[in-house]
Amino acid sequence: MMLRVTNVTCARGGIPVLSDVSFEVIAGQALVLRGPNGIGKTTLLRTLAGLQPALAGDVDADVDDLAYASHADGIKTALSVTENLKFWADVYGNPVPDTIWEAFDLADLQDRIAGTLSAGQKRRLGLARLGVIGRKILFLDEPTVSLDGFSVKLFAKWLQDTHLAGGGIAVIATHIDLGIDAPELDLTPFKADLNFGGGADEAFL
Amino acid sequence: MIALLLRDLRLAVRAGGGFGLGLAFFLIVIILVPFGVGPQVDLLTRIAPGILWVASLLAALLSLDRIFALDFEDGSLGLLATSPLPLEGAALMKALAHWITTGLPLTLVAPALGFLLSLAPEAYSYLLLSLLLGTPALSMIGTFGAALTVGLRRGGLLLSLLVLPLYVPTLIFGAEAVRRGADGLDATGALILLGTITAGCFALLPFATAATLRMNLR
Repeated sequence: MMLRVTNVTCARGGIPVLSDVSFEVIAGQALVLRGPNGIGKTTLLRTLAGLQPALAGDVDADVDDLAYASHADGIKTALSVTENLKFWADVYGNPVPDTIWEAFDLADLQDRIAGTLSAGQKRRLGLARLGVIGRKILFLDEPTVSLDGFSVKLFAKWLQDTHLAGGGIAVIATHIDLGIDAPELDLTPFKADLNFGGGADEAFL
Repeated sequence: MIALLLRDLRLAVRAGGGFGLGLAFFLIVIILVPFGVGPQVDLLTRIAPGILWVASLLAALLSLDRIFALDFEDGSLGLLATSPLPLEGAALMKALAHWITTGLPLTLVAPALGFLLSLAPEAYSYLLLSLLLGTPALSMIGTFGAALTVGLRRGGLLLSLLVLPLYVPTLIFGAEAVRRGADGLDATGALILLGTITAGCFALLPFATAATLRMNLR
């Protein structure tokens, strides 16, 4: 299994932000996307995950392998930590693995209502979702926001030892050093030419 | 799909979920009408079917904007869209959850409130049946409207303007069935049309809702 991205051009609000992005990631590998704010890291990840169409280019991967994790965690504050995870596990038709509580340091929080968690704890819960859905190719958008140093290490350990070691793939947009062994791709050279034939009529399609 | 339905039902009954708000609104509107109209029993009897149906529409409308807005804000809508659950199925489950928390309780208490409006005794069974057949359409049409306005600031008002005209056929045939029942006439035709509208809504609108959501998530 591998992820092959060929000449992808993606747009935000009808204006192209990145053009001709190409890369390959093989099973067990991660790729870190770098670039200044606004370069289009989120847009690229949303496009790759299938949330918005690419203006051009191909993403060569099985749609049923893809998963996306955004800035927002999709946590229901009125549900408990276990109920939140159980919901996503059910949607993906998986059981909740017992190891997940340890891996994301959630064991003591299982019965807490998610609304009472701190920002970092919520983020850990959001990331733990990735561990229950069992998808092979993860698109992670700033996964470490509001995590402390310990939690970042915890997450990097899960990514390296469980996900990547199990033959998974991860494409990560981040501005910090996760401490995992992964090549980096700087998106600055792919910045789209503003005169590219834009989809100004996109809103009507 | 069942997981989504159960989650939405659970969220609705938890703190801040808004379960019962629509019901309370329905109750208050029906109680206010006799105060406004005055104690003229025959007038109340005559307008009861229409009032009960209009109040049901408004009560169903009350909780529509929450169907997708909350999931959109906390990001779960985007995550659902990339999950193996088809968005069409998600739309259907959302509408079903809305009906179970709004339409079904309304239907069940409506006969009791019909009594407050001195509804004709022959009409009670028709009221129950017409609401049972008609309110699912209200939830499904409303879900479609909620998908259209998801992500808009102050989309609630726009949602009402979009959805209320679409409720007109359901209102006409629903109230007509109760009125014919009250007058001792045959209401089968109106009930069949009411059921047809609901069936048509559930057959077509999940697809329209999913397409709209995909566009709004871009």
